[in-house]
Amino acid sequence: MSAVLVWAELTEGRLKKPSLEALTAGRRWADALGLPLWAVIISDKVPEGIPATLGEYGADKVIKVLAPEFASFSPNAYARALAAVLREKNISYALLPQTYDGRAIAPMLSIWAEAALLSGIVTVPEKTENGFTAKRIAYSNKGIEWVSSSHLPLIATLKANSIVPAKSPRAIEEEDFPFKPSEEDVRLRVVRVEKIAADKVPLTEAEIVVSGGRGLKGPENWGIVEELAKVLGAATACSKPVADVGWRPHHEHVGQTGIQISPNLYVAIGISGAIQHLAGVASSKTIVVINNDPEAPFFKAADYGIVGDAFDVVPRLTEAIRRYKEQHAH
Amino acid sequence: MKILCCISHVPDTTTRIQFTADGKALERSGVTFIINPYDDFVLARAAELKEKNPSGVHVTVLCVGKNGTSPTDSVDANLRKALALGLDEAVRIDAEPVDAFFVASQIAAYAKDKGFDLLFFGKESIDYNGSQVPGMVAALLNLPFISFATSIEINNGTATLTREITGGKEVIESPLPLVLSAQKGLAEWRIPNVRGIMQAKSKPLHVIPPIPVSPRVQTLRHEPPPPKGAFKKIDPDKVEELVQELANKGLI
Repeated sequence: MSAVLVWAELTEGRLKKPSLEALTAGRRWADALGLPLWAVIISDKVPEGIPATLGEYGADKVIKVLAPEFASFSPNAYARALAAVLREKNISYALLPQTYDGRAIAPMLSIWAEAALLSGIVTVPEKTENGFTAKRIAYSNKGIEWVSSSHLPLIATLKANSIVPAKSPRAIEEEDFPFKPSEEDVRLRVVRVEKIAADKVPLTEAEIVVSGGRGLKGPENWGIVEELAKVLGAATACSKPVADVGWRPHHEHVGQTGIQISPNLYVAIGISGAIQHLAGVASSKTIVVINNDPEAPFFKAADYGIVGDAFDVVPRLTEAIRRYKEQHAH
Repeated sequence: MKILCCISHVPDTTTRIQFTADGKALERSGVTFIINPYDDFVLARAAELKEKNPSGVHVTVLCVGKNGTSPTDSVDANLRKALALGLDEAVRIDAEPVDAFFVASQIAAYAKDKGFDLLFFGKESIDYNGSQVPGMVAALLNLPFISFATSIEINNGTATLTREITGGKEVIESPLPLVLSAQKGLAEWRIPNVRGIMQAKSKPLHVIPPIPVSPRVQTLRHEPPPPKGAFKKIDPDKVEELVQELANKGLI
């Protein structure tokens, strides 16, 4: 019971928002338990400034598990390393961001650490008479589930955009943890990594998403979506039919079989709002729907709705936001 | 080559979700249960691999679950639907899937000494979206795990896969056996033909008892999401009002 441990994920040498959210949640969990918060980094090297950032977001100590094998991702090797840290440091509580890699590691870690796993929680685990309890989203946003576990160790993954990152600065201690992955754990090998348009905001992390559907009539009309996204600093997305006919790439498809997102603001343009689409976006904090069909089912899930022609409304909205931003620029 | 496809039995996306009076479980009456949509991708990929090499590929479909009381809540019927894609045999482990650890332990115990080369899963099930079972099975069997896979090709006992990551993809090589969880893209969904459906009726479906496993996570209760009030209608000629609303919420 020495600490609460958070896996701080490095993406191209940087700590991204999901890790800062996990640190923030981890800090609150540790405070409630009267324990320190430790961050763990698994990498081939620690880029400059990372320990300082971890300290800024509340970590009392960073444990560095460094080996050349960690230059590329293997969930087997990462999970083994985390299991070794939990065991040797006698740690009962661990939190991972629910990113692609976090979701690959956590279940493996839960087996090798003989731990319980609360997956995709949106609240800090709270101690109750039923053990630790947390909330998660169920049935495609049609239900909320309260899950609990009295099994220790306890591991949780935190859903993106469920907690606002908050600083809680402290002087951070650094510790090296010697660990070498076995050959078994690096059987799978990353041959290469292909990044899609590195200048764009990744959909799963975006705070604002602007999305287009069939109502835009053709891929040549996506300029208005991209212009609005640009002025908002948003990622672009699309509905399933649009990806299926090839107007937009599949990696932009949000919805049940595409990517599930929960940004702070989701702007849906020319999307009717089929239930499969809503399943992927309904947990967005604020939803704006622009559609020329007043009967579009999406309006039922909207916070703000504009019934109108997207080709008329969207450029004017983009312009109005640009003007607002210019007037309020510091 | 032996392939195991593990599927989940989940409420249809379009179904109305209600919970039992104590909130502990889904109210199953009147709900149509389907094969989890992500599992359809692995079934389709297994069917493709089988088609290319009918005598050299054997595909088993597995589900942990109990049949409900209504015909729209039958695990066996969904297993037969999977078999109708041209797959070989089905297994149902006769137990309620109480938590991911329980389910993964059942699957690992079944698969342990069967010599499967590929263990296929959907990336998550659409009821709780937990993404837990595939990784747990990989850890229990100590096999390489490739999550969110969007393609797999096999040559001379080595698999080449692509995996979705934040803002891109990874190309991965792995020896067999391996555990894969599928993202959209692994294969195109397939609809069984009449011949497949007829043949599926006489294919083996083994019902086996579970091994004893203590779950580690409990559901305390469910509740409906907070009701969404009526949306605020903005006049298309007054988009500035929307800008002000969003600014007030700190969104721009």
